[in-house]
Amino acid sequence: MRVAIVVFPGSNCDRDIFEAIKSISKKTPKFIWHKETDIENFDLIVIPGGFTFGDYLRCGALASNSPIIKSIKDHASRGGAILGICNGFQILTETKLLPGTLIRNNVLKFLCHDIDVIVQDTLPSPFTWGFKPLTKLNVPIAHNEGNYYVNDIELKKLIFNGQIAFKYEKNFNPNGSVENIAGVLSENGRILGMMPHPERSVFSHHNSLDGRLFFKNLIEQLLS
Amino acid sequence: MKKENINSECTLNQAMEMGLTEEEFKLICKKIGKIPNLTEAGICSAMFSEHCSYKSSKKWLKILPVSGDHVIQGPGENAGIIDIGDNQAIVFKIESHNHPSFIDPYQGAATGVGGILRDVFTMGARPIALMNVLRFGETSNAMTNHLLSGVVKGIGGYGNCIGIPTIGGETNFNQSYNSNILVNAMAIGLVNKNKIFYSAASGVGNPVIYVGAKTGRDGIHGATMASAEFSNDTESQKPTVQVGDPFTGKLLLEACLELMKTDLILSIQDMGAAGLTSSSVEMASKGNVGIEIDLDEIPLREKNMSSYEIMLSESQERMLMILKKGAEEDAKQIFKKWDLDFAVIGKIITDKKIILKKENKTVCNLPLNFLVNESPELNREYEIKTSNINLDNKDIIVKKSIKTILYKIIGNENFASKKWIYEQYDSSVMGDTISIGNKSDASIVKIHNSDKGKFQGKAVAISTDCNSKYILNNPIEGGKITVAEAARNLVVSGGKPLAITNNLNFGNPEKKEIMGQIVGSIKGIKEACEQLNTPVVSGNVSLYNETNGKSILPTPVIGMVGVIDDIEKIIFMNAKINETLFIVGQDENKYNGFLQSSLYQEIFCDDFSGQVPHVNLKKEKNLHDFIIKLNNNKIINSAHDISDGGLLPCIIEMLLSNKLGININLPSRIKNPNKENLLFLHGWLFGEDQSRIIISTNNPDKLIEFSKSENIDICCIGKTNNTGVVEIPKYDSICINKCLELYNNTIPNLFS
Repeated sequence: MRVAIVVFPGSNCDRDIFEAIKSISKKTPKFIWHKETDIENFDLIVIPGGFTFGDYLRCGALASNSPIIKSIKDHASRGGAILGICNGFQILTETKLLPGTLIRNNVLKFLCHDIDVIVQDTLPSPFTWGFKPLTKLNVPIAHNEGNYYVNDIELKKLIFNGQIAFKYEKNFNPNGSVENIAGVLSENGRILGMMPHPERSVFSHHNSLDGRLFFKNLIEQLLS
Repeated sequence: MKKENINSECTLNQAMEMGLTEEEFKLICKKIGKIPNLTEAGICSAMFSEHCSYKSSKKWLKILPVSGDHVIQGPGENAGIIDIGDNQAIVFKIESHNHPSFIDPYQGAATGVGGILRDVFTMGARPIALMNVLRFGETSNAMTNHLLSGVVKGIGGYGNCIGIPTIGGETNFNQSYNSNILVNAMAIGLVNKNKIFYSAASGVGNPVIYVGAKTGRDGIHGATMASAEFSNDTESQKPTVQVGDPFTGKLLLEACLELMKTDLILSIQDMGAAGLTSSSVEMASKGNVGIEIDLDEIPLREKNMSSYEIMLSESQERMLMILKKGAEEDAKQIFKKWDLDFAVIGKIITDKKIILKKENKTVCNLPLNFLVNESPELNREYEIKTSNINLDNKDIIVKKSIKTILYKIIGNENFASKKWIYEQYDSSVMGDTISIGNKSDASIVKIHNSDKGKFQGKAVAISTDCNSKYILNNPIEGGKITVAEAARNLVVSGGKPLAITNNLNFGNPEKKEIMGQIVGSIKGIKEACEQLNTPVVSGNVSLYNETNGKSILPTPVIGMVGVIDDIEKIIFMNAKINETLFIVGQDENKYNGFLQSSLYQEIFCDDFSGQVPHVNLKKEKNLHDFIIKLNNNKIINSAHDISDGGLLPCIIEMLLSNKLGININLPSRIKNPNKENLLFLHGWLFGEDQSRIIISTNNPDKLIEFSKSENIDICCIGKTNNTGVVEIPKYDSICINKCLELYNNTIPNLFS
């Protein structure tokens, strides 16, 4: 299991992801600096959360023009698995590797708290297939721009294809996301973008261990 | 200051405009043997400002205990450092950004956070947590909402972006802060004991390096602004507020920590208040050397900045370092990687002077010893005033049902949950956060990777406290209580108190009753720190918190840090079903609680004058030791300190998260309702007597046995149940759901 964690200026969840994956896979992930252009093959590339380039211009917009992005796109075109969390999700929509866009929370505030997300019945994907559909995962969110938006046509496509990976509970949508969406998959199921932070519910001192389950399933699926 | 005047002699009027007094100006002229030019006068004025020189408080700060077995660095450095074993140390400090936050709440608060973070990582530590203590005016004041939302956004804006969790603090409201809010930010960092960096410059000929953001015209003379009273004309002071950039802060943090892994740095200090002036002067004078800087080498954001502006700019995210000779190129590569400016701006010299050159001319030549050691130490007149009012409980209690009173207290903005505020801060980034908000009395963060095999690891516990009402009514006793309560908060969370940082926020020290508040509370803090063995290792003083001559309530904030040697020993606040609640530190026959200076009195009498509860520090220490012993014997399931609001509101807080109920066991003397007993009951339920803790246990017999052998008073409150109703037999019954609603909705209803 070879995992790369891409580090941009302003990434701040890189160490958290590193610790989570290392503890579960017993393998040491590799940090990749955003200026690198030639990377080896990995089973999974993770784009961690943070405020890349200070979130200036638009969240993820500047990072999506970094030199590393070409390698990430090549990895994607080979069917490689990519996980973008929070700011990583924003970068994936900016690079168009995932549909839609993430705009400011409808409450106009940064929000950080634990929340339940529900695993959806999706197309085949290493990110969701370890779970029974409708499984609830309790994981923290921490974002200011997590309000997922796609137009109606795109949304219908997402639903039809089974690309919606996670939803917030109907009455607990924290940010105004369309269809209560918390995470979406690419058309081939190999790329996931999600706003919640599974790497913050991995260790016994965390409020829940559901993130550990998420990574455990993901690693098993990728290795099988 | 106009550029053409910059090298001309400073007049008395100009010096006074910069904040110097006539006396100080004359002293400067005499000591340096010439009339200073404007740049030199500006530097003197910044160094002599209250903010940099502590001239009013210095005499009294000296009485505080600053050493101890576990103290690695006391006051005088960028931050204090304590030993937590395993070759690790905790670096921490609190600092105010009060005046800037009133002028520009977002930037004021954001740069307050940025500044305190730099104080911590400049010593080699990776910051692991942020706390903040906030004071705003009345909730009904039109400005409060605007100031609160700006400050909260600013704190989050910086902390969230740089990726350090904000895990606690406190927010209070009082009309005395209507025109002078308080924003005190505290940062806590972790460092290996053999990788600590200090600020004393050394080695004649070694290069002086400037790294970080460019210097602009923001925050010029901020230290002087922060040392003056406000008038109605604060809008015009906006240019004196610094502008923060957390993204650059994050790059600077990572670049510095990367460079610190090498052995190229000899000393380092951040450019905080009074910017390049105080950092260069302090580094050189601490190292007993001189410093020469070529101002043409400073990376500038704007053209045509004068030497005066460059030296007094408080642009953020900048550091000053002394490197080993020849290390410049290697160090530069690291900063280049992080896209930060790196400039060799000067060198260390033998002559103990600060010499500044610009366009090949010397624009400043001042003796360092004079700037640092001979800055004035004032012996201001003071009068420690304690309240001469002494009220009986019958003068305070109101004819209202227990229920009505309780709901009022729980729904009071100074008691209700601050969740709406702290959920706007990223509290879980870095993955080590264990406790925030009201999960336990102290905020708790794990020491990263301290677990080994079955051992779950160690943690740091932090609490912040200040009860201004107590300080106002009795500065000495209030000072003691503030420290005692901070320590109690750590102990009831499973921690061992180690040391404090303090932020002394007061009005104008030229008034003798204000000076009396300062002196009195320092005396109280001193006594409590000595008794509880928690020395003061860092701190900050913020004076002149007045507007149009009206002072804020005295607010000496204590930030206490302790260690939890095994995270399995952490005690949370929420009780579970079928646990027995006990008051520890009070016996079953005590029924007449202390209502003067209480939240009860404040809410229902619209007044909080009177005496303050007494704290017996010996008894307090015994109580802490007892709790630690109970915890080591696994007798405590949950615990909470009894403070604001008294016993009943604190019981409610323990029951809220599991929506439990309880039948309260009243002292036998007051079991039957009558007029006299009602008086006692109010005191028992809402009095704020000190040195008391509520715990819940599954092992009452063992607790009773321990309390007898250790001679500690305890009082059984009753057993928790799942009714969601708190019964006060024959008097009243209280609905937990109603409490929960008030507790959670008060702040959102006021500010959303």
